[in-house]
Amino acid sequence: MSNKVLETIGLTKYFYEPSKFKVLDNISMSIDHGEFVSVVGKSGCGKSTLLYLLSTMDTDYEGKILIHEEDVTGKKDVDLARIRNENIGFVFQFHYLLSEYNALKNVMLPGLKLGKLSEEELEHQAMEYLKTLGMHDQALKRPRQLSGGQKQRVAIARALINNPLIIMGDEPTGNLDKKNSDMVFDIFKQLAQEHNQTILVVTHDVEFASKTNRIITMEDGMIIS
Amino acid sequence: MNHRLVQNIAFHMLRARLKQTIIAAVGVTFGIAMFISLVSFMNGMNDLLDGLMLNRTPHIRLYNEIKPVESQPVILSEEYKNNINFISSIKPKDRGKAIYNSQTIIDVLKKDKRVLDVAPKVVTPVFFHSGTIEISGVINGIAIAAEESLFKFSDYIREGKITDLEQNNSIIIGAGLATKMMLSVGDVIKITTPKGNLASLKIVGISQIGIAEIDDVMSTTSISTAQKLLGEATNYMTDIQLKLHDIEMAPQMAKEFRSKFELDAIDYQTANAQFETGTRIRTIISYSVGVVLLIVAGFGIYNILNMLIYEKMDSIAILKATGFSGSDVKWIFLLLSLIIGVTGGVFGLFFGFIFSRIIDVIPFVTASLPTVKTYPMNYNPIFYVIGITFAIVTTLVAGLFPALKASKVDPVEIIRGK
Repeated sequence: MSNKVLETIGLTKYFYEPSKFKVLDNISMSIDHGEFVSVVGKSGCGKSTLLYLLSTMDTDYEGKILIHEEDVTGKKDVDLARIRNENIGFVFQFHYLLSEYNALKNVMLPGLKLGKLSEEELEHQAMEYLKTLGMHDQALKRPRQLSGGQKQRVAIARALINNPLIIMGDEPTGNLDKKNSDMVFDIFKQLAQEHNQTILVVTHDVEFASKTNRIITMEDGMIIS
Repeated sequence: MNHRLVQNIAFHMLRARLKQTIIAAVGVTFGIAMFISLVSFMNGMNDLLDGLMLNRTPHIRLYNEIKPVESQPVILSEEYKNNINFISSIKPKDRGKAIYNSQTIIDVLKKDKRVLDVAPKVVTPVFFHSGTIEISGVINGIAIAAEESLFKFSDYIREGKITDLEQNNSIIIGAGLATKMMLSVGDVIKITTPKGNLASLKIVGISQIGIAEIDDVMSTTSISTAQKLLGEATNYMTDIQLKLHDIEMAPQMAKEFRSKFELDAIDYQTANAQFETGTRIRTIISYSVGVVLLIVAGFGIYNILNMLIYEKMDSIAILKATGFSGSDVKWIFLLLSLIIGVTGGVFGLFFGFIFSRIIDVIPFVTASLPTVKTYPMNYNPIFYVIGITFAIVTTLVAGLFPALKASKVDPVEIIRGK
């Protein structure tokens, strides 16, 4: 079995508003298992767009995307949702925690959706993840009672709950101060090293990127290095 | 699809917006409650008014009408058979009001499976004497038990009991008649029959139908007393009244009996044509008001769900990002509106019932119905079934469009916008 977690073949995307514009130009790349990759580039170079294509949430593109050797191009909404649920963990700039639930339940949600583990097992596992992130004593608090860094840590735990193939981050430190940024980076680093977790992070934080295993630099919709 | 999880999310979203949820549900509750009380009241009223008519009119009445003989002698003549004959100055023939062979007819009718009950009757005009004045009136000689079962005559008796008529030479007189002649229960009234027979009858009760013209002339006695007054045998009767299992059959059966027994027959629908229309219109009004109320409640739900969706865009986006499909999201919002609909609906049924009970005890005194003291209500369970069905259907329809909108939310747009 190949080691490729993610692969794109000739990925091209256009924006149609306000006028037709090529955002991504024939991108072919792949990410291997256990890699900690960062995508950098100027604002508007298409790095976020690439991430959303890879995440299967944006399906309007030309070319092919393969996740774990499986072609996901042209699949139905329900199937894509299942693929995301099972294989991809997300960490965004904004935490996107549901304000109705406490931290623990927020972490458990994708797991409950997957339905592989019982509620008790999931709760235990969620607690474990929160513990590794130093958040177990905040588990029963609502998101609005947590600080920015704490919220982001809960979001990371949520990304991990289904033991995904890859974690995707879109400016995961964008909203955080230096101290919290470093902490988030350390968590990612630890995950990559200790658990061999594949991570793909889009960032404009050069310092953050420089510490990752592999840097993909983009410009005008193309990978330049 | 993970039903429990979807339910759980819907439930939590509602709890976070408890106030709006309650307001939306109260809208449904109000609509359903009004619908239930309105329909119950309207139907109660319909039953009452229908009863008013039904208790006075049999489904089918068989009688002899005074009219010209249909086959005139000239028709029998061979000579003029192929001609068109004009006959002027025909006089109606009185075949006598008595129904011939009445006992056989009654036996045949009683065996007919479509017929619920048969009540024979003797109707005759009389003169009541009050001092030197003579007042014209009508005596109905009734078969007491049958009349009671068919027409609930006791509902219209203000004083006395219907069973008192079983005594010989007793009579129940109309309220108008009693006032006019200053008579009360226990008095004796003198009457003259069309044939000149004089008789004295003891007043055992006073009846009130509620229509002055009838109460001024009508009096009731037992059929045997009436036969004795007229000096007729015990098989003498002028009317046979029928109650059917299915009132819709009346016109058809009236036609059948007309030719079968060679009698005149009139059915309920023909006798009360204008009345049916009133009933139908009242039903239409009550249903349309109920439906309008529910539509208004539906718009309320639509609004609140729409608002909720805008508020919860982030949640929808992350749910989709972490693996909830469009249809999961759709079900979350459909469930939201269903919860509002069912809760509001159930409370609506409850309050509808309470309102009905309240209306039920409001005094309603009418001269036409001496036994009715409060507003009539009909507690038919079918109204409650219709009510809850309406509630669920309206809320589902109101929730469908917001839910579809939520299912189509593009998470990328939301997440990129931040």
